[in-house]
Amino acid sequence: MGDLWSGLSHAFWLIISLDQELLEITLRSLQVTLSALLIASAIALPLAALLAIRRFRWRRGVIAVLNALMGLPPVVVGLVVYILLSRSGPFGVLGLLFTPTAMIIAQVIIIVPLIASIAHQSLRDLWAEYHDLLISMNVTQKQKVMTLLWDARRALLTASLAGFGRAIGEVGAIMIVGGNIDHATRVLTTAIALETGKGAFSLALALGFVLILLTISLNLFIHWLGRTEKEGRW
Amino acid sequence: MSMLFPMTMAQAQTSRRGKVLVGPIDLELGAQGVTAIMGPNGSGKTTLLRLMHGTARLTGGQINWACGLAEARHHQSFVFQRPIMLRRSVLDNVAYPLLIRGVAKSEARSRARDWSQRIGLEDALDRQATVLSGGEQQKLALARALITEPHVLFLDEPTAALDGQAKREIEEILRSERDKGTRLFLTTHDVGQGKRLADDVIFLLKGCVQEHSAAAAFFDVPKTTQAQAFLQGDIVE
Repeated sequence: MGDLWSGLSHAFWLIISLDQELLEITLRSLQVTLSALLIASAIALPLAALLAIRRFRWRRGVIAVLNALMGLPPVVVGLVVYILLSRSGPFGVLGLLFTPTAMIIAQVIIIVPLIASIAHQSLRDLWAEYHDLLISMNVTQKQKVMTLLWDARRALLTASLAGFGRAIGEVGAIMIVGGNIDHATRVLTTAIALETGKGAFSLALALGFVLILLTISLNLFIHWLGRTEKEGRW
Repeated sequence: MSMLFPMTMAQAQTSRRGKVLVGPIDLELGAQGVTAIMGPNGSGKTTLLRLMHGTARLTGGQINWACGLAEARHHQSFVFQRPIMLRRSVLDNVAYPLLIRGVAKSEARSRARDWSQRIGLEDALDRQATVLSGGEQQKLALARALITEPHVLFLDEPTAALDGQAKREIEEILRSERDKGTRLFLTTHDVGQGKRLADDVIFLLKGCVQEHSAAAAFFDVPKTTQAQAFLQGDIVE
């Protein structure tokens, strides 16, 4: 209990004193996670819309695999990305290992199936509702995708937020591909792991509270921005 | 308008899993007026309408529009029995068909505003379409179908779930469109509506055309006993 209080007060002081190291780690966490989220959403949302609209031979199989990949173990993703980006790997020449870019790649791989699966549920229901109308209007495939994405945007925001939650709290994969290098690839979660390992529970807890605060604040901000709960909207 | 007609159906039919839902049907339809497709529930009215519109799969025979199906589809609109509302405002719903045809957003919204005013939804422009009443939703669906100025309008039981006032308003709009030269095809099992709107009637039973005649003739002296029973309000199977 003492550790908890001490962690809380430590977190409080770190925040109000604008601790430089904390600021740097927090900004890097945000930079990596938001970049991964943007890229993953750009891939997952149109993919989900296409899966809702298009009928093709292996569609059900693809959806089942996508759902299964939601539970992809991050450590394994980290390991695979590590091998691919290591010097002896096929992309070693790019020199991306132990950089924020490698961390973004790993996070994208982890959250694309999650965002796509959640988004697909919403888009499938909306497509069932819109199907007859859009078919009768001779709407092109691209227009169908755009219509679904726009009209389901609030549900898709929730899907993206779920992706954000998974990415910002991720530690296994980014520890492997990022290396937790001070002033280079250290983020909140890897810093927490490091401080815990050193026995500095108070600092680890402080960083944990900052991480929770950051996640809740960003979620609230996005909900406010999307007016999710406003009357008569979706 | 005349470039679309005559529309001919030759042994047209549609089946699902080996069961014929509608057909075989032979019809030739001209460019003018209102055709009511009547018949009891399950007789295939909606399927026939969708076949004409090209959204139901033709599994046998032919349907020919004078200008070809692709061109004809461009000049058609369809209003569903249960209005499908996009999750957008009333204005954006009405403007949608213009936007997907590449009309600039400002122009589309301006025309949508005109149409909304014409059908009495000018006070609801910024409201979400899904919170409108059933009658308002059907009027919105009608405005959305008419904004592209279609030559042919298909209406699937457009007033089935509406009360007297809303029904009257919708029928007023339909009459005005007919007077402007829009070709209307509507399904209904409301005999009164058929009498008020139709110029000719196709009477369907079990997916087959039992009778196709001028409205006056159909309502005064129906040729088949099933049509007679239907008009008298008897149960027709």
